[in-house]
Amino acid sequence: MTESIFEPTTAVELEARDLSVLYGETRAVKGVSIRIPDRQVVAFIGPSGCGKSTLLRCFNRMNDLVPGARVEGEALFQGTNLYGPGVDPVDIRRRIGMVFQKPNPFPKSIHDNIAFGARINGYRGNMDELVERSLRQAALWDEVKDRLNESALALSGGQQQRLCIARALAVEPEVLLMDEPASALDPIATQKIEELIYQLKQDYTVVIVTHNMQQAARVSDYTAFLYMGELVEYGATDRLFTNPREERTEAYITGRFG
Amino acid sequence: MTNGRSPSAAPILQGVPPLQPAPEGDGRHQAVQRDASRFDSRLGPRARMGTVFHLVCLLATLVGIVALGALLYDVIATGSGRLTWAFLNGFPSRFAARAGMKPALIGSLWTLGLTAVIAFPLGVGTAIWLEEYAPASRLRTIVEANIANLAGVPSIVYGMLGLAVFVRYFAMGRSILAGALTLALLILPVIIIASQEAIKAVPNSIRLGAYALGSTRWEAVRHHVLPLALPGILTGTILALSRAIGEAAPLIVVGALAFVPFVPGSPMDPFTVVPIQVFNWVSRPQAEFRELAAAASIVLLVLLLSMNAVAIVLRNRFSRRNQQ
Repeated sequence: MTESIFEPTTAVELEARDLSVLYGETRAVKGVSIRIPDRQVVAFIGPSGCGKSTLLRCFNRMNDLVPGARVEGEALFQGTNLYGPGVDPVDIRRRIGMVFQKPNPFPKSIHDNIAFGARINGYRGNMDELVERSLRQAALWDEVKDRLNESALALSGGQQQRLCIARALAVEPEVLLMDEPASALDPIATQKIEELIYQLKQDYTVVIVTHNMQQAARVSDYTAFLYMGELVEYGATDRLFTNPREERTEAYITGRFG
Repeated sequence: MTNGRSPSAAPILQGVPPLQPAPEGDGRHQAVQRDASRFDSRLGPRARMGTVFHLVCLLATLVGIVALGALLYDVIATGSGRLTWAFLNGFPSRFAARAGMKPALIGSLWTLGLTAVIAFPLGVGTAIWLEEYAPASRLRTIVEANIANLAGVPSIVYGMLGLAVFVRYFAMGRSILAGALTLALLILPVIIIASQEAIKAVPNSIRLGAYALGSTRWEAVRHHVLPLALPGILTGTILALSRAIGEAAPLIVVGALAFVPFVPGSPMDPFTVVPIQVFNWVSRPQAEFRELAAAASIVLLVLLLSMNAVAIVLRNRFSRRNQQ
């Protein structure tokens, strides 16, 4: 089974070492070891409840906020154990950004949505420049530049999600975790998000959880298939989808279950 | 393909067999047999039942409105003749013609203001701790259960507590401060529960969004949870204060006086409040004093209605701001 798990030869940005997550007595992630290369897009796929979102949330310690969740093993960011002593999750979450399944803009203006993270993190530069730069990075600037002071809730779902991406980028993270970022969006909005992800990997390491296998195939460089809390197969996306090595991977991507 | 990737990864779903309808006559499919005679729709009686229920609900509403209208009419008819500037600005007297309610009115405003200043931070702070900080522990369960119980304790019991603790133990005497502290305890559970509900109504996705940007708990609460919960918190607080302004029993126990011929000037002064003044006048035999009581009741009602109006205005203003 080891040859089914890809080992990056370039710099490793995120790593899980024998990582398990328990919700009470239930083991949602079971001893997963995976290495995620710097400035690549890695997709986590698998059926509902396979632990892919839970694994993702280990990398910015969002599982800390789930009552009763317990993490065993190690999750490393640039070689440092995120669960080690002296690691502040507040600092980690600035450096490892997250975009959620449902767009969750703050009920404030577009400008303030971007500015909030920068402000609390003590940003000292020009705020208007940062807002423009972040919105441009998220391919949203042209659509909203004339209404920065209007409510973010007035935007369409797809625009809201790009605003959430812009908001995450404004605090200058190194990694972007995306938890099914397009599953609540229509196909056109989804396409925009996918194009955006493809752009972002020039500057960021992106880990995306998706239910949509075509999406994984389109946007990711590497794909990890999880099943029942275990990492079954992890490899270059083209190879994994055309020539899966594990039977369960093949069964899943050909639609026999899941 | 917009990103230039090779199309080899695209046809991943080829070879998936399409869904087939079940073949006919294979024994598994049973045709639906429709038979109108098995149903008796009774549309007429059902519609009549709906009308009856509608009327019952309307009637229930009308009982309340008529009762309120009758009360207002009675109070205004009895008291409006006495509602003069001299009455509002005058001091109590043994002679109805000369009696005024200024000390009671000022006493009520003092008490209310102090109660708000004491109860609001305590209540909102407790609600924030319970909702945002307290882990799901036994302590939290006990605290919450006790708050719910305290909300149902009769107000006179709070009066006895206030007498023992504030008036006697802390030696505040029969002061406005002792009364306000007592009333603050009385309305604290209501403020806590209303604030908790308002905080619970803030979507969790907003909190997660803030945390994911590197917020501390305080920053998430300060910038996102509290602004969104504020309309609900303010409404609950003002409704709780409306209850406090109408209380007489606990303040009588704490030692508010029935006859106060001066205007209180500091929180340590003795005082009376409008409901006690009303009670005092109502219990006198002369009809003129009952008219005075009605006039004072009108003042109390106006005060109450303006407080509720403020609650509505505040709620609308903050909800609109949150949507912008």
